[in-house]
Amino acid sequence: MSSTSPTAGARLGAGRQGDAAGPEPGHHPRTQPKHPLRVRVFGRQPFGGLFAVPYLVFVISVFAYPLVFAVYMSFFDYFFAAPGAQVDRPFVGFDNYVQVFTDPAVLQSFANVGVFLIINVPLTVVLSIVLATALNKVVHARVFLRVSYYVPYVTASVAVIAVWLFLFNSDGLVNNVLGPLAPSPSWLINPVLAMPTVAIYVTWKQLGFFILLYLAALQNVPNELYESAATDGAGRVRSFFSVTVPGVRPATVLVLLLSTIVGANLFTEPYLLTGGGGPNGASSSPVFVMYQQGIEQGHPGFAAAIGIVLVIVVLIIAFLENRFGEGRD
Amino acid sequence: MADTSVEQPAGAEPARMPRRGRPRRSRRGTGIELSRGQAILRGVVLTIGAIVFLFPFYYMLVGSLQTEPDPSVAGAFPNPGNLTLENYGAINSRINLLQGLVNSGIFTGGVLLCTVVFGLLAGYALAMLQWRGRGATFALALLVQVVPFQLLIIPLYVLIARNYGLADNYLGMILPFAINSTAVIIFRQYFLQLPKELFDAARVDGAGELRLLWSLGLPLVRPALVTAVLLTFIGPWNEFLWPFLITKDSSMQPLAVSLANYISNVASSTANPFGAILAGAVVLAAPVVVLFIVGQRYFTATDLGSSVKG
Repeated sequence: MSSTSPTAGARLGAGRQGDAAGPEPGHHPRTQPKHPLRVRVFGRQPFGGLFAVPYLVFVISVFAYPLVFAVYMSFFDYFFAAPGAQVDRPFVGFDNYVQVFTDPAVLQSFANVGVFLIINVPLTVVLSIVLATALNKVVHARVFLRVSYYVPYVTASVAVIAVWLFLFNSDGLVNNVLGPLAPSPSWLINPVLAMPTVAIYVTWKQLGFFILLYLAALQNVPNELYESAATDGAGRVRSFFSVTVPGVRPATVLVLLLSTIVGANLFTEPYLLTGGGGPNGASSSPVFVMYQQGIEQGHPGFAAAIGIVLVIVVLIIAFLENRFGEGRD
Repeated sequence: MADTSVEQPAGAEPARMPRRGRPRRSRRGTGIELSRGQAILRGVVLTIGAIVFLFPFYYMLVGSLQTEPDPSVAGAFPNPGNLTLENYGAINSRINLLQGLVNSGIFTGGVLLCTVVFGLLAGYALAMLQWRGRGATFALALLVQVVPFQLLIIPLYVLIARNYGLADNYLGMILPFAINSTAVIIFRQYFLQLPKELFDAARVDGAGELRLLWSLGLPLVRPALVTAVLLTFIGPWNEFLWPFLITKDSSMQPLAVSLANYISNVASSTANPFGAILAGAVVLAAPVVVLFIVGQRYFTATDLGSSVKG
């Protein structure tokens, strides 16, 4: 996140008149000590806090508390019981975590996400930046193109998966077009190709949103830079690499982070597209294993531990992406 | 002022950021002209992109109308002799499409209502009022967006379905999605762009904050409202995992869940499974696609960009 905040600040500062909202509430008591106690404790307009209470209650009850609860659960042999029943759930220390790192199904699901990210993230970044740059200069059919690019993003995954099942079936349209080049076993039931197919599906599904992000970022690249690049004799390709790509770097970091989070959240695709992480777990994802272990087999403690390891891994990857995105100058 | 941004053609920078506004964009292209070949190349790339994005939707529609599933290349072009509406009847006899749509509608409507009411209040407070904890609340709204929701499914399932007994209940479905944080940030962003003097003047005249928000703020942020509603709509309408976990009763399931159950359980036992599945997919996809085609001018790069960049 830290990389996006400076942009946000800069954008806000540039975009609006009179930054009266700038100073933080805590700033006031120090500069204006004459305010009564009420103002010093609650700020000048305390009902502002009142307005935000429903949202704060929501965030605490749906995000903060469950997060803490997940950590708690992961250290217990938690099991389901009737509501209100008092049951002893033994404390098991790091047993659930040891199991996360030894269970072959879990390890495979993490490896699968690795394969997914290696295909999905670079493909997403390259395709969305290229398509956004091309779309940015379009005059005719702009609305048509923009809408057609984000239609997959706004449509329910369940609905589009139905078509992909039909398209990538053993005797589906894709294999019919490919003829003798069609892979055998077919895409979704091939242990080597199942995860890449899922990765390509997700790239296709999400691309429209990332194109919109890049389109927004492109509006902030000053045209003067292109003009001076042209004066210096740079061609289109050259100015793309030396003006556009560095100019949209904050957006690139955001796209890297968001597409990594999408990869970590993978569930619907392995569940439906490859019929439950098939073949033989070759396309299962950590969230899918969490569902199997936590809900189907009744080991929510173990599932919570998988979730926490997953988040830590995502945070590490996000940190590296952030460094990578900011460091290359 | 905010209204003018809506009237602009898609993708043009709204007038609310005058310094980066239209004049400069209308000069675009004066710097470097595309050669004819490059323009053609760009057109080809964009057209191929559009075909890749749209073809599955076209194929969804064609497939849902075929009597016999025809996966050959010729099957992509509708043959009048092979067209029928039977598949829609077939899927409707296995899963109650209308009930599914109603459930999806209640789920989505509940989320929209909470997001608009509480999200507007929070966005207004974050942008226009000085109170302790404002910075922390805004930071929280940003942070929430990077927490992978799926991590929370296990504790949320235990809490909502097991402890509170809200399984097979609309409230249990709505709760985890009730207030969309992105919408809160969009509201905040739009309120920040309104002239503060306007609000101060009304305050001097003795208007309360709720009244300010209702009769002064709300009309001015209408475009943001539409953007936020569009963005919020796709969340619950398309959500699969959460309602799938907490609804076992098929009469409570949103359409996405009942269609998914049909795909994974029932489909293999029917004569034309793909026809029926695709018919269900069309019913599930159509409302969102229509909504976004109608509202496309509110779903532009700048609307989203300012919000996502927070």
